[in-house]
Amino acid sequence: MATATARARPRLRVRGLSGMPRYVSAKVVGAVLSLAFVLVFNFFLFRVLPGDPAKNLTRNRLVPAEQVQALQESFGLGKPLSAQFTSYVRDTLSGDLGISYKFRQPVSRVIADRIWPTVLLLGVSTILSTVIGLLIGIRGAWRRGSLFDRGSLAVSLTLYAMPEFWLGILLLIAFGVGVGAFPGLFPTGGLSSAGTEIWSLGGIGDVARHLFLPCLTLTLAYLAEYALVMRSSLLDEMGQDYLVTARAKGLRDALVLRRHAVPNALLPTATLVFLNLGFIVSGAITIETVYSWPGLGLLSYEALRTPDYPLLQGVFLLFSAGVIVANLFADMLYSLLDPRVRSG
Amino acid sequence: MADAGDVLPARTQVRSIAWTRRRQAAARVWAEYRRSRMGMVGLVILVLFVVTAVLSPVLVDPGQLDVTKATGLPMSAPSAEFPLGTDESGRSVLALTLVGSRVSILVGFLATIMSVVIGSAFGIAAGHFGGWSESVLMRVTDWFLVIPFLPLAIVLATILGPSLLNIAFVIGITSWPGTARLIRAQTLAVKSRPYIERARALGAGNWHQITRHILPNVFPLIFANTVLIVAVAILSETTLAFLGLGDPLQVSWGSMLDSAFSTGAASIGAWWYLLPPGIAIVLIVLAFTMCGQALEAVLNPRLRERQ
Repeated sequence: MATATARARPRLRVRGLSGMPRYVSAKVVGAVLSLAFVLVFNFFLFRVLPGDPAKNLTRNRLVPAEQVQALQESFGLGKPLSAQFTSYVRDTLSGDLGISYKFRQPVSRVIADRIWPTVLLLGVSTILSTVIGLLIGIRGAWRRGSLFDRGSLAVSLTLYAMPEFWLGILLLIAFGVGVGAFPGLFPTGGLSSAGTEIWSLGGIGDVARHLFLPCLTLTLAYLAEYALVMRSSLLDEMGQDYLVTARAKGLRDALVLRRHAVPNALLPTATLVFLNLGFIVSGAITIETVYSWPGLGLLSYEALRTPDYPLLQGVFLLFSAGVIVANLFADMLYSLLDPRVRSG
Repeated sequence: MADAGDVLPARTQVRSIAWTRRRQAAARVWAEYRRSRMGMVGLVILVLFVVTAVLSPVLVDPGQLDVTKATGLPMSAPSAEFPLGTDESGRSVLALTLVGSRVSILVGFLATIMSVVIGSAFGIAAGHFGGWSESVLMRVTDWFLVIPFLPLAIVLATILGPSLLNIAFVIGITSWPGTARLIRAQTLAVKSRPYIERARALGAGNWHQITRHILPNVFPLIFANTVLIVAVAILSETTLAFLGLGDPLQVSWGSMLDSAFSTGAASIGAWWYLLPPGIAIVLIVLAFTMCGQALEAVLNPRLRERQ
């Protein structure tokens, strides 16, 4: 057995790096183009409507005259479009995203305060949903048609069909508010209890208790898709000839699965995990709203309910840039793991 | 289409042969689809929902939805008069749920039509023409694919203003890139077949090749994909309405959940207000997913091989 393990191990090793520079530069150019496109899109988005964009954005709403004027100034109205565009690009690249109406502070500072709760929430739930989803998918595909497979398929499809905020509200009632005689086990909202010092042992435990329900919701909402995709790509792999060969040479089932089938089936799922980052961000917006988790998602909700346009634009830029950069990293990682994509 | 003026007998005959063949193919697909239990269960649920949505003006008296004429107590639990309880202004939750199906399904379909038309046009054009137009089209597609959906939709919806058509537009414009990629791949596969080369050798133009040869071959896949997209579109409508971006004058399942949540239904445990719209969404999305997957299993050659 030891020899089989030793021989099988190099499978996962990164193979030759031919074609890497060309591939990497193509991907970097693509990401830079995407970012530039986001910038241009954001610029024109608030100028496509006919007439005065500042008035359009404030129609039917009670907005003080000075705010309308500030908005007009920030658009650089009256100047030629090219001059508006260059000043917009210069400001944005130097981190000047305007002043938030609601918080009366620079948008960049408002956003900076809210980044870490979102990173914590999305990070933990992405890792959990990926790991659990993959394990469920692998087990389901390997024991295709078993009770576990049919059960997990039904649960996955149902979870996939749920609006994640509705799942969040249900969990909030069940475990936060409490049902009937059962008291709520977890806090119903916020990042920590009032008056708790976060950077202490008790404080970290308190944050973890607050994190539990939003994190559980997002994990449940996203593990379904990973389980479904992992199951179907493993089923695809299992029809391949090399697995018959692996079995024929006498390898145990578990070993065939672990060393041969799963590594290959993982590749499409890995792409999906990163492609999905955009949707995970969407989940963050509604779930943070349900649980009043003070991150970027709740901030977007506050901005859209006000509506606070500079803040909305800033959050949109940041989310887009974040997802584009994450996808770039995913492409790099993917090309290291699978040499085929470099030649494609 | 363009050459309808010079209809020759031979050509009409060829066309009727083609249509007979297509009808037979559709009958085969239906026969195979009927064997899928998952697909049939989904289809039955769907038909029930669509019938409810169409009949809802008859089933529910519009006066019941008027906040000023509501007869019940606010947020009261289910009773004989109100089988699913009442909302924050004393209206029947059952009536709201029945009426809500209309907006949810309507927006779902409108958004899907838009998404599928854009996605198919991009996919077929990119696959058929190739070269730099393909690079540009796929660059745009990749961009829409990578931009996070909800922030983009929120920005668009806030600027356009809340209305039923705007919501459908926003969902349609943000959900097509997956279709475009799928259709492009299929177009490339069809394009390499010999009969396309034959058609080109006989002098067929781009339009003829696309409408007569590529589209009929790509269509089954477009159809299966469409059914899956309706599910996503309905979920997206719910999310946008929950965030307050839906049409304020129309009841949808998403807007019900929005008012339920913002009036504190969760903290007083008003489950009768939160469960019905949510369960309706889960059922209809599940039904569309089940139909779409069953159709895909029949129509997608790659999946068919697996069985």
